[in-house]
Amino acid sequence: MARPVKLSSNALLKTKLPAWRSRFALGVLAFGFLALSARAVYLQAWTTDYLQRQGAVRVERTLEVPATRGKIVDRTGAVLATSLPAKAVWAIPDDVDAPREQLVQLAKLLEMDRQELERKLAEDKSFVYVKRQVDAAVAERIAALGIPGIHLRNEYKRHYPEGEATAHVVGFTNVEDVGQEGFELSQQQRLAGKPGSRRVVRDNLGRVIEQKGSGIEPRDGQDLSLSIDTRIQYLTSSALRDTVREHRARAGAAVVVDVRTGEVLALSNWPTYNPNNRQQLTGAQLRNRVLTDTFEPGSTMKPFTAALALELGKVKPTSTIDTAPGRLTIGPHTIHDAHTYGTLTVEQIVQKSSNVGTVKMAQQLQPQQMWELYTSLGFGQPPHLGFPGAVAGRVRPHRNWKPIEQATMSYGHGISVSLIQLARAYSVFARDGELIPLTMLRADEPAPGVSVLRPETARAVRRMLEMAAGPQGTAPQAQIAGYRVAGKTGTAHKQENGGYVNKYIASFVGFAPASNPRVIVAVMIDEPGGGQHYGGQVAAPAFARIAGDALRALKVAPDAPFTTLIVPADPVKESV
Amino acid sequence: MAKLNALLLSMLLLCALLLVTSQHQARKLFIDLERAQAQARRSEVQWKELQLQQTQLAKHSLIDAAARRELKMQPVTPDRTLYMSPAGAPVAVPTAGPTGSPPGGPAPKGTR
Repeated sequence: MARPVKLSSNALLKTKLPAWRSRFALGVLAFGFLALSARAVYLQAWTTDYLQRQGAVRVERTLEVPATRGKIVDRTGAVLATSLPAKAVWAIPDDVDAPREQLVQLAKLLEMDRQELERKLAEDKSFVYVKRQVDAAVAERIAALGIPGIHLRNEYKRHYPEGEATAHVVGFTNVEDVGQEGFELSQQQRLAGKPGSRRVVRDNLGRVIEQKGSGIEPRDGQDLSLSIDTRIQYLTSSALRDTVREHRARAGAAVVVDVRTGEVLALSNWPTYNPNNRQQLTGAQLRNRVLTDTFEPGSTMKPFTAALALELGKVKPTSTIDTAPGRLTIGPHTIHDAHTYGTLTVEQIVQKSSNVGTVKMAQQLQPQQMWELYTSLGFGQPPHLGFPGAVAGRVRPHRNWKPIEQATMSYGHGISVSLIQLARAYSVFARDGELIPLTMLRADEPAPGVSVLRPETARAVRRMLEMAAGPQGTAPQAQIAGYRVAGKTGTAHKQENGGYVNKYIASFVGFAPASNPRVIVAVMIDEPGGGQHYGGQVAAPAFARIAGDALRALKVAPDAPFTTLIVPADPVKESV
Repeated sequence: MAKLNALLLSMLLLCALLLVTSQHQARKLFIDLERAQAQARRSEVQWKELQLQQTQLAKHSLIDAAARRELKMQPVTPDRTLYMSPAGAPVAVPTAGPTGSPPGGPAPKGTR
């Protein structure tokens, strides 16, 4: 071990070195520091923005905050349409690398064919949707499989718990959550939410650790309360379904309106569809016949002719008109009655639905007066319902009416209306001459009506309608146990290729209880094929069932004694 | 001079430590907030699911079928129903006499 040597006596230090060497070393060090500080200044002062941006790109993310679509509920708050989170399963086909049994499992979870799945994964794309709107629970199990290249994305799925019963009212959305039909379409703006966004900092594990700024709050869609009562809606649609099946008809439609508020309590069509499963959807199923179809109403228009004649003082309810011999010739045309009645009162004309009698009343009226009544009742104008595709129907300008056209229009031919227009027009009889605006959104206050007829006229016609729905009328089968009903049948030939054919539209429009009307029910059966085609045989029983169920559901007290109903074996046939 | 430096140095250190802890606190609270918000969203979804389930289980077609088939129930008829007015008195329902000639029949009383 060497002996310690004092520093001052170290031999090396004795060597005299040239002075420039130390100065050189100092210079090198000074230059080094200078370069470092220059770099620091450059980074801090000149390139800060760029660097901060780069830093942000690495840790900050903008996250979209999804907004949910509003619910659609009925008048009692029962859900008709709601959105629940679901997952879209997508794949990068090139990245998918999984053993066969895993793919079999995946196909089973997705309820897909294995071949179909493999075909999708074989596509030459960098992005493929395997399946959309997969339920959250299934998506979790797919994620647990951990197949590389299979990814999940958040989205929403719309559920329609009432299914077929409310399909035509509510409509449906597509996979992108955009309304396609019904209220989903017409109220898209209101129902759709507006997604928000926020800027966040994530740590290396991907957890959100900080939020930058306040971000944009998402705005959820508003809920929509319809005037529909699901119970009455269900009763209506099952009555309609049974009627269409029983009479082997092509289609049917029915609508129930609250007389006090103008709310549509039920609106039903058959055939219908399940909005939750729309794979084999046809146009006939989608069609909303209550609103988008017009038809020649036939005899359901007769009460309006009688009302106008009464209103203008041309006739009294008890005035007599000779309808013999059941024929009336106007120019080259002849109008027929189904039976020959002889002399009838105005009341009986409506009760028995005599074409000749109605035309004789109409001949005392001016075309303009009839046109004005039709227009003030809302015929020829689209109803303001906030619903897509509601049609106006057709009432031709009165200046061009020929006498025969005026005559046929008085009993509902040569004019086309929709079922909802007809139901609304009958509110003038149900409400003492007041026409009410209809709504399909929930309204709590009674609707302000527009006076169209004098109350006495409306009451007189109501009495006639009650007779028409009685044992001597054309629709004894419209009677309901415990309630007085008023209404009118309609049986109209259908027009095809410009001529009338032996196909019919049977309809019935009426209201109950007649003493203090609460609901208006309009039923239309398209092409009944079971041997019966009269409104009184086909549509009136459906009316009775719907109106009776609706009144019981609304807890309306009966206004008639409950006894066995008198339904004659061979009721009066109306004139077609 | 040296004392002042020492004081400033210790203050600097203190501030630095406080900054670290408050940042940590902020992140912890933020994570709690996130968790609570996520819980709120989950609860909302759950509420919707339950609402949907309620409607599905209370579907009128199901109730109707169960009532008719399993419970053998029948729709109510007015002759077996006692109608009450809001005041609590039974509503007089016209009795006797056949239906069918309603015009001119007894005037109904006491409808709601």
